[in-house]
Amino acid sequence: MPFIPHTENDVQAMLAAIGINSIDELFDEIPGELRIHDLPEIPAAINEMEITRLMYERAARDQSPLCFIGAGAYEHHIPAAVWQVATRGEFYSSYTPYQAEASQGTLQLIYEYQTMMTGLTGMDVSNASLYDGASALSEAVLMGIRANRKSRGKRILMPTSVNPVYRACTHGIVKNQGVELIEVPYSRDTGLTALEALERHDGEDIAALVVQQPNFFGSLEEVDALTDWAHANNALLIAVVNPMALAVLKPPGQWGGQGADIACGDGQPLGAPLSSGGPYYGFMCCKEAHVRQMPGRIVGRTVDADGRQGFVLTLQAREQHIRRSKATSNICTNQGLVVTASTIYMAIMGPEGLFRTAAASHANTRTLLQRLVSIAGVERVFAGPFFHEAVLRLNRPVQDVLAAMADEGVLGGYALGKDYPELGEALLVCATETKTEADLDRYAAALSRALSD
Amino acid sequence: MLIFEHSLEGRHTASQMPTAVDGQSAAAALEDIPAGQLRKSKPLLPEVSELQAVRHYTRLSQRNFSIDTEFYPLGSCTMKYNPRACNSLAMLPGFLGRHPYAPPRFSQGFMQILFELQEMLKAVTGMRGVSLTPMAGAQGEFAGVAMIRAYHEARGDNTRDEILVPDAAHGTNPATAIMCGYKVREIPTDAEGDVDLEALRNAVGPQTAGIMLTNPSTLGVFERRIREIASIVHQAGGLLYYDGANLNAILGKVRPGDMGFDVIHMNLHKTFSTPHGGGGPGSGAVGVSERLLPFLPVPIVGKVNKEDRVLTLKDPAIAGQAEAFRWLDEKDLPQSIGRLSGFMGNAGILLRAYIYMRMLGRQGMPRVADYATLNANYLMARLTRQGFDAAFPKRRATHEFILTLKRQAKTLGVNTMAFAKRLLDKGFHAPTTYFPLLVPECLLIEPTETESKQELDRFVDAMCEVLREAEASPELVTSAPHSLPVRRLDDVRAAKDLDLTWSAAG
Amino acid sequence: MSTSIPEELRYNKSHEWVRDDGDGLFTVGITDHAQKALGDLVYVEAAEVGNVVSADDACCVVESVKAASDVYSPLDGEIVEANEALEDSPELVNNDPYGDGWLFRIKPTTPADFDALLDADAYAGLLSEEE
Repeated sequence: MPFIPHTENDVQAMLAAIGINSIDELFDEIPGELRIHDLPEIPAAINEMEITRLMYERAARDQSPLCFIGAGAYEHHIPAAVWQVATRGEFYSSYTPYQAEASQGTLQLIYEYQTMMTGLTGMDVSNASLYDGASALSEAVLMGIRANRKSRGKRILMPTSVNPVYRACTHGIVKNQGVELIEVPYSRDTGLTALEALERHDGEDIAALVVQQPNFFGSLEEVDALTDWAHANNALLIAVVNPMALAVLKPPGQWGGQGADIACGDGQPLGAPLSSGGPYYGFMCCKEAHVRQMPGRIVGRTVDADGRQGFVLTLQAREQHIRRSKATSNICTNQGLVVTASTIYMAIMGPEGLFRTAAASHANTRTLLQRLVSIAGVERVFAGPFFHEAVLRLNRPVQDVLAAMADEGVLGGYALGKDYPELGEALLVCATETKTEADLDRYAAALSRALSD
Repeated sequence: MLIFEHSLEGRHTASQMPTAVDGQSAAAALEDIPAGQLRKSKPLLPEVSELQAVRHYTRLSQRNFSIDTEFYPLGSCTMKYNPRACNSLAMLPGFLGRHPYAPPRFSQGFMQILFELQEMLKAVTGMRGVSLTPMAGAQGEFAGVAMIRAYHEARGDNTRDEILVPDAAHGTNPATAIMCGYKVREIPTDAEGDVDLEALRNAVGPQTAGIMLTNPSTLGVFERRIREIASIVHQAGGLLYYDGANLNAILGKVRPGDMGFDVIHMNLHKTFSTPHGGGGPGSGAVGVSERLLPFLPVPIVGKVNKEDRVLTLKDPAIAGQAEAFRWLDEKDLPQSIGRLSGFMGNAGILLRAYIYMRMLGRQGMPRVADYATLNANYLMARLTRQGFDAAFPKRRATHEFILTLKRQAKTLGVNTMAFAKRLLDKGFHAPTTYFPLLVPECLLIEPTETESKQELDRFVDAMCEVLREAEASPELVTSAPHSLPVRRLDDVRAAKDLDLTWSAAG
Repeated sequence: MSTSIPEELRYNKSHEWVRDDGDGLFTVGITDHAQKALGDLVYVEAAEVGNVVSADDACCVVESVKAASDVYSPLDGEIVEANEALEDSPELVNNDPYGDGWLFRIKPTTPADFDALLDADAYAGLLSEEE
C-alpha cells in the first residue's frame, strides 16, 4: 500500500486495542446514505517508476524554447546549492514555526531574510513573505488604508503603468471591502505616470498612491517626485519593485524626501525558477511606524531562559488565529520554502553578485534593443530610461510575428495588445543575464525573418 | 551565528557571477540610467563563500524539527510523509524553465497535468468544477466566500450580509468572511461536538449569505446531521461552504458534494501531501457545485475540440474527442470572481499533488482515510487507557482527536504548553495546543496514515513519561525544553522590544 | 487567584472599569481580572482623542503575546485624553490596572449613565458566574 506502513498484524492489534473488528466500523458515525464505495473516475495507482516516466514525457513535450518574455517573471541563473539546501527534509517537511524551540532553523533564516529584504529596499522592517507579488500588492493596499490615519476614505490611486495582472488581482481581492481603485493614466511619450495626471487629485482624500519601479513597460518612473506628491497630499506611497532591480536602482526607502511607506513585489527573480508562475513569493516591507498594520508572519530576535539568542514569531496578535474576524488579513502561511531558497540565493550571490546580475541583464536588453531597432519595421515606443525590459512597436500584427518566431523556438516577448490596445502592435521584451551574444543574434534573425515574410 | 557575522567585505562567489560583465563594466553597463535613479551604496547582504553559505544553512536546517526527522502529530495540519519523488519530478527542467506566459504549444504537457488534477479533485470531492489557482487554504477560502457573494449579487439578492461560522471554526473563517465584506455570526456547538441545530434554525434568515463548516469539525468528530444543516441553510437561501482542512479523514469515504456543500477549498499541502516547507507554499484549490460554476476564479485549464469549443465544466463527456488544452480566462467565464495570483497559483505545488494522487490511485484514496482514522482511534484508545482525558470520549475519533489536560493543569500545575514543550525533549513534535479554543488546555492530535504502529507506541510511551514527570517533578516539565538548541524563549520581550532585523551595530 | 475590585469604581461586563473624576470627566481602564486573563501586555493601541463614541464601541486595543482584546467604551461621549505613558510602558496596565495603567478619559453625553453600570458587588458576582 503506497505510503502506509501497517502490516496485517499491526492492523489486528490496533483494532483489538480500539475494541472493534474492522476498520470500516470507524466510519459508523457517517450516515450510510452518504457513504461512497468507489471512485471510478480516478485512474489506478501507478508506481514511482511509472510516474517518473510519465512526468519526463510530459516535461519533454513542452520543449525548452529560448525565452525573451519577462512581464513579471524573469529567468535568472540559480546556483545549484540553492535548491539542494532548501529542499533538505528539515526545511522541506517542517511546519510553520509555532513551536519556536523546535524551529530555530527556519526562524533564524526568516530573520536573516527580513534583514536582507530591508537592506535591498531600504525600508525599516519586513514580514516573512506573502503569496506572490500580485497578492502582496492587494495586501499592501488594504494595509495602506489601515495605516493612513490622515485619510478617512478608502481611495487608492493606481497608475495604469502598474502590471495589469497585479491591478486585476488587487481589484478582485479588495472590491468587497469598499475600496476604490482610481486609475491614473501614463504618458504616451514616456510610458511614465504623469505628474499632471496626479495633480488632478490635488487636495483629495487619498489613502495611498501605488508606484511600480521599473513599471510594467520597464520604464523608470520619476519616483522622487511621485513620492513627494503623495506625501504632500497626505497619501501613503506604496512601492511595487523588482528586488533584482534594487541591486542597482535607488531603494524605495530613499524615494523623495521621506521614502516610500510600504514596499512590496514579487521575490521570484531572487532564486525562484520560472516554474510556470509559481511557487514564487510576495515580499512586503514598511516603515517601522506601520509594523502593526502589516499582514503576515514576522520573526523577532529574543533570548531564552539562559539568556541565549533565539528567534520567535512575534506580533502574532495581528493574525487570524488570534484576532479572528479582526485580523489584519486572513493569511496564515508565508511561502516558506521559496523564501528559504531565496535567502540562500541572496547569501551566495551577495551584493556584488546581485549587482553584476542586474547590470548584465540590463546590458543584454540594451544590446538586444539596439540590434532590433535597426530592423525595418521595429521601433522603441517610449523614450527615456528603462531597466532590463522595454516596449517595441512592430509594423506587423504582434501575434503573427510571435507565432512565426515560436516556429523557430524563440519566445519573442509579451504582447501588450490585450491590456494596452492604444499602443498598437506593441511587444514587451526582456533579455536577462542568461542570454548570450548568440541568443541575441538568434532573436534578431528570427524577428527579421518574421517581419520580412 | 548569523550569516552576516560570517561576512567579509570584498568576498565574492566568482563561479556565480555572469561572464558578460566584470566589476568595472557592470557599472558602465548602467550608464544610460540617470544617476538620480541609481543606488548610492551597496545593500546590506552577506559577503560569504559558497561553502560558508551552504554550511550555514545546512546547520540551520539541523535546528528544525521536520516530518523527515520526527513524528509530527500536529492536529489539523496533516503532517504526512512528503514523497521525495513528488519533489524531484516536479523539479524536472522542462517544468522549471517554463515561463508562465509561454504559448499553449509549449505548454500542453503541463496543462494536461493540471487538467487531470482538476478532474481528479472533482471526482474525490463530488463537485462539478475546480479551479487550482488559490495559493493557500486561506486564499481558497477567500475565493469560496467571494463566489458565494458573486452568486447572490448576480441574482440581485443584495440583502444577504451575514456569514454563519461555528464557534469551533478555524480563525481564518471569520477573517475571510470579513475580507469579503460580510458580518460574522457565531453558531454554538453542543456538548457532543455537533453544531447546535436549534441555534442554527434561529440564526438563519433572509440576511444569511452562507455558512462555513469543516466536516469532520475541528473538534475531531464527524458532523452527523450535515444533511439537516444543509437543508436548513439552503431553505433560508444561503449556501454551504466546506473548509477542506480535514479532508484527509474522509477521502474516498464521503464527498462534500454529496453532503450538500456548494463550494469547498482543499488544502493540497495537507490531504495531497505537498510540502509544508516551514510555512508554505500551500495550495488551496476550490471546487464548486453546478450553480457556482460561472464564478470560479481564473485561469482554469480547459480541454477544447478542433473548433475551440470548450469541453469541460458543463460537458463531462469529453473522452476521446479532445484536441488540445487551453487556458480559460475572463472571456470564457465573464462572471468569474477574477484572478487571485499573478499567474497560475503555486504551479509547482500542483505538480506535486498530481504526482502523489497518481501514485495513490483509485485504491489508495480511501486507504488514506482508513489508516489515518485507524491511527487516530488507536492513539486515543491507548492514551485514554493510560489516564488521559478525551474531550469527546463517546465519539469516534476521525483522523484526529482532542485530549484535555484541564485536570492535570489544576492538580499538578502543569499546563498544556509546558506539556507540549516537554514532548519536544522526548523527540516528538508537539500536537496542536490551545486549538480549538472551546476546549480548555487541549491537545489536538493527528497522527496521519503514514506513521507506523511502532512509532505511535513510542509516542504513547513519551506522553506517559511526561505525565509521570509532571506528577513527580513538575518543575522539570514547566521549565522544558531542556535538550533543544534553545530553552524557553521570551516572547514577551520579543513583542515589546522589537528586534526584527540584524544590524552591524548590534 | 484573588482579584482586586475597588468599591468606588463602576464596571462593564466586558471588564472595563470607570471612575467619576468629579470634574465632568470619567477615567476608564481594564480590570485586574482582565489584565490577569490577558497576561503580560506588550502593546496598547491608544484611544483616539477627539473621537465621539457610543457605549460598547471598541475604542482601543490591548495586546499580549497570545491575545489582542478590544476595549469598549462604557459610556456615550467624547474621548478627551489617552494615557500616553502606555506607549512605552504597556506593563503599567499589568502592574497598576486601576492607577497608572488607566487607558483613556471620556466626557460623557449623559453622565448619569455612570450609575447604571455595574457596582463592585455586581461585577464580583459576574466574575464568580464566569468561573
